[in-house]
Amino acid sequence: MQLNAKIPAGPLEDKWDQHRFDMKLVNPANKRKYTVLVVGSGLAGASAAASLAELGYNVKCFCFQDSPRRAHSIAAQGGINAAKNYQNDGDSVRRLFYDTIKGGDYRAREANVYRLAQVSVNIIDQCVAQGVPFAREYGGVMANRSFGGAQVSRTFYARGQTGQQLLLGAYSALERQIGLKKVAMYSRCEMLDIVLVDGKARGIITRDLINGKIERHAGDAVVLATGGYGNVFYLSTNAKGCNVTASYRAYKRGAAFANPCFTQIHPTCIPVAGDHQSKLTLMSESLRNDGRIWVPKKAGDTRAAKDIPESERDYYLERKYPSFGNLSPRDISSRAAKEVCDEGRGVGPGGLGVYLDFADSIKRLGKNMIAERYGNLFEMYERITGENPYEVPMRIYPAVHYTMGGLWVDYNLMSNIEGLHVLGEANFSDHGANRLGASALMQGLADGYFILPYTIGNYIAGAKLNPVTTDHPAFAETEREATNQINQLLQINGKRSVDDFHRELGKVMWDYCGMARNDAGLRTALERIPQIREEFWRDVRVPGSGTYFNQELEKAGRLADFLEFAELMCHDALMRTESCGGHFRTESQTEDGEAKRDDENFTFVAAWEYKGVGTKPTMHKEVLEFENVHLSTRSYK
Amino acid sequence: MKLKLHIWRQDNAKTAGKMVSYDANHVSPDMSFLEMLDVLNQELITKGDDPVAFDHDCREGICGACSMVINGIPHGPQRATTTCQLHMRSFKDGDEVYIEPWRAEPFPVIKDLAVDRAALDRIIAAGGFISVGTGAPPDGNAIPIAKEISDLAMDAAACIGCGACVAACPNGSAMLFTAAKVSHLNLLPQGEPEKDQRVINMVAQMDAEGFGNCTNYAECQAACPKEISIQFIAKMNRDLIRAKLREGNNAGSGKTGGA
Repeated sequence: MQLNAKIPAGPLEDKWDQHRFDMKLVNPANKRKYTVLVVGSGLAGASAAASLAELGYNVKCFCFQDSPRRAHSIAAQGGINAAKNYQNDGDSVRRLFYDTIKGGDYRAREANVYRLAQVSVNIIDQCVAQGVPFAREYGGVMANRSFGGAQVSRTFYARGQTGQQLLLGAYSALERQIGLKKVAMYSRCEMLDIVLVDGKARGIITRDLINGKIERHAGDAVVLATGGYGNVFYLSTNAKGCNVTASYRAYKRGAAFANPCFTQIHPTCIPVAGDHQSKLTLMSESLRNDGRIWVPKKAGDTRAAKDIPESERDYYLERKYPSFGNLSPRDISSRAAKEVCDEGRGVGPGGLGVYLDFADSIKRLGKNMIAERYGNLFEMYERITGENPYEVPMRIYPAVHYTMGGLWVDYNLMSNIEGLHVLGEANFSDHGANRLGASALMQGLADGYFILPYTIGNYIAGAKLNPVTTDHPAFAETEREATNQINQLLQINGKRSVDDFHRELGKVMWDYCGMARNDAGLRTALERIPQIREEFWRDVRVPGSGTYFNQELEKAGRLADFLEFAELMCHDALMRTESCGGHFRTESQTEDGEAKRDDENFTFVAAWEYKGVGTKPTMHKEVLEFENVHLSTRSYK
Repeated sequence: MKLKLHIWRQDNAKTAGKMVSYDANHVSPDMSFLEMLDVLNQELITKGDDPVAFDHDCREGICGACSMVINGIPHGPQRATTTCQLHMRSFKDGDEVYIEPWRAEPFPVIKDLAVDRAALDRIIAAGGFISVGTGAPPDGNAIPIAKEISDLAMDAAACIGCGACVAACPNGSAMLFTAAKVSHLNLLPQGEPEKDQRVINMVAQMDAEGFGNCTNYAECQAACPKEISIQFIAKMNRDLIRAKLREGNNAGSGKTGGA
């Protein structure tokens, strides 16, 4: 396997401009002769599908949800970053670039991240033009806030619904193209596999979730914008339907999977309430702007929060990281919460929680101001927990939230399979080992609106694409394999439900490949996962048949892929003996418990090549070169 | 606590459905409504029965996928709350709970509690957008927008497209949904150039899908998990009348229902 990142030569600031000039163009009259298959309709998928259709390509877009507007991008609450410097507080493209590289703990490509910072300003303009109702000041200009570890105010937001509003913008552009018949939309339609012809991505196999029909779709390029794999942990903040199937199938067909162990744990989620828990709910990190995080100083202190005097509280983030305090980056805040809970100082049922306390802010700013800023979040918290956060502190605990790893892509967002492009959270991304708050929306839209529409033209213009129809034997063969798996799942008729297996897998992953990882734990996980997988294929019960709306069958297919993918994650985590970003190896820490990076040995992207189920994959290295930033130890003290 | 559930079961749009009763014997007040159904489904699967199909995804009240009429009220008894965010502490031991799908002709049942809401997407495709391609729009601050206008547009834009308004309406009207979408864009200066055509086309599509008309029951507003106000319906009607007057005699589609 050859990995060529194809980073353009020249100074950092000029790479993208020069590359845009160097890339080949497709003649406007010829674009309608090409078909692009876009899988996923979140920010990356919808923006790409709409933009490609506007350019004149024929587009088919697929989503498993009942409407493209429901993709999980909608759940992002806090905001989207852009280097507009509207606040005159010292922001710039270079600073956003630097913050993102540093925040990612120096495990992302300089050229990609710089380009991301450059196009961030266009994203805001594009979204405003579409009618996204960003918050405004009284003078009519756009409002900004500082967010999740940034020292400038560069985050744009639309109440607590930024993701939803940005997706509605992209979705409206997509619906416009659907109305113009330039995009054919396939909702409630799941991609089962990718079809390669002569080594190029030329089609996909899908299943219509309503009637179970397996269908073939041929095209000139395939775009995967299928999100992250956080649900490998069963409990995460991801929507229930989020899955790794599209990415994992591409991996099994030869696409390299990069840095799968880089997962982000979000510090502010509502703690688990019981065995029935089906997902975890994120509370926007913006709450940390005004909430103070603390636990009792004494282990096993069961007094109510209000009965614990100030002198017996430990505001541990403020104590350990005085300059960033409660706004310390996500990975650091999450680990600190785990630490205090491991010491027996956690609060709430099961001791897996810490307080996020607004009492001081309410005293300082008044209840009304706090209600204006966070009213909807407070209501949501009360609906879920039955507790009123104006009266008692919130309880929060970290949860799996975002996955930085994903399919390996070059500078053009193309994987090592020709014609297979990967966008948004599904690619291994610009976030390195840790993503900054409000940067996921930025990356999804950058990929879809402003990068792929250029680079895919370069691919199509340069690739010699022979006409391929769904009658090609590769389609028949791939379809046969997909159908076989479905039949196999339906025939097992065992005793345990899909969810039962998924919970078991999730627990293994959380215990051994979660917030803190070590050699022995990962080896345990690598023993356990194949056992669970073997039992799944022997004893799972998938009721009914494949010819109607069968949600258990959908879940079973997704879990089958998670059960293989989990092993890949553990291999990656085991190989990377350093701690960096969201990946914390207990063997690699400083004396005071901080993550210790190993730049000498690990300044690379680990891209894994599939070698068969249960066989250790082969690792390929893409060495990361840093010419514009100096690798420093991330310190938020 | 223990509950008696009565759930609508239907194989698909072509077959008749019926209410079937189930006992839920291990319900914790901390469960969400959907988690209570998850537990029921696990029991059904173990027994070899067919689990209840229902739409859901984010389970945090924002994607708009979940769609159940609970004891006659879309999304259940709690104000401004989607089904997925409704928790079992809203019920008490021994309660009987009736669970049905959204009922409206343009929402055919797919299975049990899941319905097809693609009609709402088609209303958007008819005009719920600003015709601006990806490219070089003006700077985001080039058009100042008064905070009150921006906030009002956001109030309308907060609609999550769940369809509870349709399910709540005795007429099966999608006026609240359509009005929210029209108003969001028509309030903003960016939406101004296409204002008239937008409202005409979206209302026409709404009618073509078979949604009913608005007769001011205001049930939609009461059921809306995002508390969208029916004032937007009045605003849409004003926009529509003005658009029709400006359109003159020739260009009309001839069908102006909804106003």
